[in-house]
Amino acid sequence: MNEYFGSYAVVVVLLLIGLGIFAGGLFANRLLRPNRPTPEKLMTYECGVDPVGEGWAQSQIRYYVFTYLYVVFAVDAVFLFPWATIFAAPGYGMTTLVEMFVFLAFIALGILYAWRKRVLAWT
Amino acid sequence: MADVLDIAVRLIAIVAAFLVLPLIVGQMEHKAMAHMQSRLGPMYAGGFHGWAQLIADGVKFAQKEDVIPAAADRRVFAIAPAVALVPYLVVLIVIPVAPGLVGVDLDAGLFFVLAVMGVGVLGAIMAGWASANKYSVLGGIRAAAQLMSYELPLVLAASSVAMAAGTLSLQGIVEQWRWWWLPWQAIGAVVFFVAGLAELRRPPFDMPIADSEIIMGPMTEYAGIRFALFMLAEYAGIVVLSALTTVLFLGGWHGPLLPGLVWTLVKIFVLAFVVIWVRVSYPRLREDQLQKLAWIGLVPLALLQLALTGVVKVLIT
Repeated sequence: MNEYFGSYAVVVVLLLIGLGIFAGGLFANRLLRPNRPTPEKLMTYECGVDPVGEGWAQSQIRYYVFTYLYVVFAVDAVFLFPWATIFAAPGYGMTTLVEMFVFLAFIALGILYAWRKRVLAWT
Repeated sequence: MADVLDIAVRLIAIVAAFLVLPLIVGQMEHKAMAHMQSRLGPMYAGGFHGWAQLIADGVKFAQKEDVIPAAADRRVFAIAPAVALVPYLVVLIVIPVAPGLVGVDLDAGLFFVLAVMGVGVLGAIMAGWASANKYSVLGGIRAAAQLMSYELPLVLAASSVAMAAGTLSLQGIVEQWRWWWLPWQAIGAVVFFVAGLAELRRPPFDMPIADSEIIMGPMTEYAGIRFALFMLAEYAGIVVLSALTTVLFLGGWHGPLLPGLVWTLVKIFVLAFVVIWVRVSYPRLREDQLQKLAWIGLVPLALLQLALTGVVKVLIT
């Protein structure tokens, strides 16, 4: 158990090193850079014309359907991993394989349904 | 004590690889792309064929003013480059380059890699939203949509390899690998590589940063060192994707004559070259074509690969 968490402790150390690289880069930048902000410089850049309205404007988001699809299928896909490591172990074989085809059929059917409902077409 | 030293050496090697390999890939892109377009590319910095161009760029970026737009959400804007960059460093820890040469061999290595790589895309979404710029918001949302669509084929193709090897440890996967996995897992390899390219937002999947229509999308407002870190993240992403494809589908260190480490590096750089080649060759996909390719093209192919892997694996055991 200790060994198991020990290997993740190394991952955390590397994460901290990564944050250190980021902080170090910014710190070096702070020592080296000039700092002369002007209102024009701090203005949002949109094609060189002064921006109209604010940046967080309302816009039509067409992608939410893909988000639904993703949530449904990705949650399914997560179950594949624990299953993948043992499905061919002695004593499983044919049964688990058939189960997998049932599983794949569900996902394929879901995509087929979305496709037939023209969810995947651009509106 | 010996353990601590051992781990320290491994971590130093990983950080060195993380800082050097992306620069080599970047330089390779400068030169390969230039020659493919009948140009010379950088020729002056460092003297010999402009080898020091990216170092010169880095020095320049480090001295530039840090401009944060007045309208931006300052805190999120400031940390977005770290969210984009650091995951690619963390992923490198589980990638084996030769037998026993790996940062740590996690049991759930493959799972870990996929989870952490997904975090990298959040950086682009955060940057897009925090910039308070219409084009950046558009780019950020496009990046999110791309992550949604391409994560599924990526995960399915990767789990096909896990099925074939019967383990999630990347080291274990490479140890199990045999040459006939190449044709067996070929569909999965293509799906994984294409989906990975899309997650990196590399051309032809660069709709989120499309410079000619939404002026670099999430990166529009970034300048100086933070922009440089975003660029470093892009090239580190290429290295990570190439390394993962190598480890999962091309057999990692396996190969005749040369030592394992050399084979791994050769495969990584060949794949990185393919990434550059694809960028030069294909026009950008339109947003609807992008989504269509993922859902109607790659996902069914990945499911086909899963079925194929399952049948063959059960038949041979």
